[in-house]
Amino acid sequence: MTGEVVLQIVLTVAAGLVGVGLYGALSQQSIVMIMMGLELVLNGVLLAGGAAWFLITPELPDAQMLVVVTLVVMAVEMAMGFAVTIAIYRSRQVDMVDMATELKG
Amino acid sequence: MPELAADVGTLASTWGVLPAALVVAAVGVLLGVLVSAADRAVVTGQGVRAGVEPLRSGMQLLLEQRRRTLAPDRLLWRVGGAAVPVVALLSMAVVPLAGRTLWSTSADLVWFNAMEALLWAAVWLMGWGPNAVHSLTGGYRFLAQGLAYELPLMFSLITVGVAAGSLRSTDVVAAQDGLWFVVTMPVAFVVFVGGAAAFAFWGPFAAPTGADIAGGVTSELSGLDRLLLLAGRAVFLGATAAMAAALFLGGDAGPWLPGPVWHLLKTVAVVAGLVWGGRRLPLLRPDRVVELAWVVLVPLTLLQALVVAVLAVSGFYA
Amino acid sequence: MTELSSIEVTALIALGALAVVFGAAVFIVDSMARATFALLASFLAIAGALLVLDLVYLAVVTALMMTIEMAVMAVFMIMFMMNPAGLMPMSMVHNKRGSVLAGATVFAVLVTGIWMVDWPTRRGLVPEDPTRQLGEAIMGSHMLVMLVIGIALFGTILAGTVLATSRGRYDRFGPDLKAPRPDDPVRGGVGR
Repeated sequence: MTGEVVLQIVLTVAAGLVGVGLYGALSQQSIVMIMMGLELVLNGVLLAGGAAWFLITPELPDAQMLVVVTLVVMAVEMAMGFAVTIAIYRSRQVDMVDMATELKG
Repeated sequence: MPELAADVGTLASTWGVLPAALVVAAVGVLLGVLVSAADRAVVTGQGVRAGVEPLRSGMQLLLEQRRRTLAPDRLLWRVGGAAVPVVALLSMAVVPLAGRTLWSTSADLVWFNAMEALLWAAVWLMGWGPNAVHSLTGGYRFLAQGLAYELPLMFSLITVGVAAGSLRSTDVVAAQDGLWFVVTMPVAFVVFVGGAAAFAFWGPFAAPTGADIAGGVTSELSGLDRLLLLAGRAVFLGATAAMAAALFLGGDAGPWLPGPVWHLLKTVAVVAGLVWGGRRLPLLRPDRVVELAWVVLVPLTLLQALVVAVLAVSGFYA
Repeated sequence: MTELSSIEVTALIALGALAVVFGAAVFIVDSMARATFALLASFLAIAGALLVLDLVYLAVVTALMMTIEMAVMAVFMIMFMMNPAGLMPMSMVHNKRGSVLAGATVFAVLVTGIWMVDWPTRRGLVPEDPTRQLGEAIMGSHMLVMLVIGIALFGTILAGTVLATSRGRYDRFGPDLKAPRPDDPVRGGVGR
């Protein structure tokens, strides 16, 4: 039953992951928890990319490349997030975004 | 689902999924018993009795009462305890037995690596669960050690993949038709076996369970939990020895004797080396391991990969 | 191989649903350790879904990377959060209503789009070896993507180290950089 419905159901699930992740990224105060929200959003992108490859264009590698790029974005986001958390914490003993407001206009 | 190897076929496709999985799991457990028995034999100098000892102490642990601690994270503790042997057995799925694997994917080597990475989570959870300081210290030590051994281990697996032109373990065995990989990639072989000792916190890499922190990860474990951790570690060591024999020592290639016997003999040799060496080398502190791994081993394994890549391009392995 | 059997479709949807449930659990549980490993479970469920979709290599790489990431994440969670084990439940959220609204709106918009769009029909069949397809794309038609990824990762390594390290060479080798051995709080294993 590889019909269009399967693609839409899987994409809906992926959208659910994006929604949950966005809620987490916006509502959490701690930088580390915000990163977890962003990771969940990207998790949804992984699923959507895999489904798009299998159910739309299995002949082309482009959707696979999208998944690879998403994985790299996750790694970069995580590494920079940890580095920034350490830098902020070291200078001011703060790990919450509400208190890191230098760049606030 | 992972597609089947077109030419060789898998154990699952010949015997059915469930019987094949049971056989592979049984082989994994036997390899674990082999490792424990070899360890007993090295430590006590016993002969045949060393073979019975793991079973006896295993039964004893099964009957032993579970240790209770104050305010443990029971859910995560149990998850970690179950994950160690499960992950060890899952890694057996891509180890060739009699020339075939339980299932064959186009990324067997990465699968093996992923199972070993899952061990990071499992062992840390075992350290976190009991809510005890020595236990958690052991968990942290394991993560620090993981950061050290992971990159060299990955590079050694990549080297194998480059030479074979495939990530499928049966293809790797087939690619060693003329010459065992250990001849052209000795560094990768040593790093792979050393990495096995490191992720099984064995021998010089046993700091996560060190005596200075009262047994570390194992300090609060008794009964079934302890059995699961120790048995899982033994199975993983056995599985990795079998994998090392397949990836570097030609798998079941050899004259006169049937193939599986050769593979078993090579596995036993690797196990003997691991156990004998592991019991004789002094404990390395994780902070020292990290610098050694990153400053010495990473460049060495990269150089090894370069040599193998040049050989592969020049058609040496074809 | 080219079509999903009904078992595979069920597994795919179940794994996806599991990923969402574990993802929601990340923001519900009190214990930071449990939140981290709920996120790991969510990633592993998606890795399972990719396995069902025949993307073996991407599935195991996802499991591999995310396990290591979450193990490191657990260390950071316990280092920085005030309530690592969830023994003293406390609220660590701001603007909850707005966030729920934003999450729900985005979900609704995406779902509307997903079910309104006229999706293209499937072109071609799943190749014999999806891993080879990806490898040849990386080293061939899509090499530019890989080059950019490599530079980005290298930049990340440098920037991350610069941000995270507190001790520069003057701390290690003295004000005139003349110390024969660096003054490190923890001596490494190479004997420098």
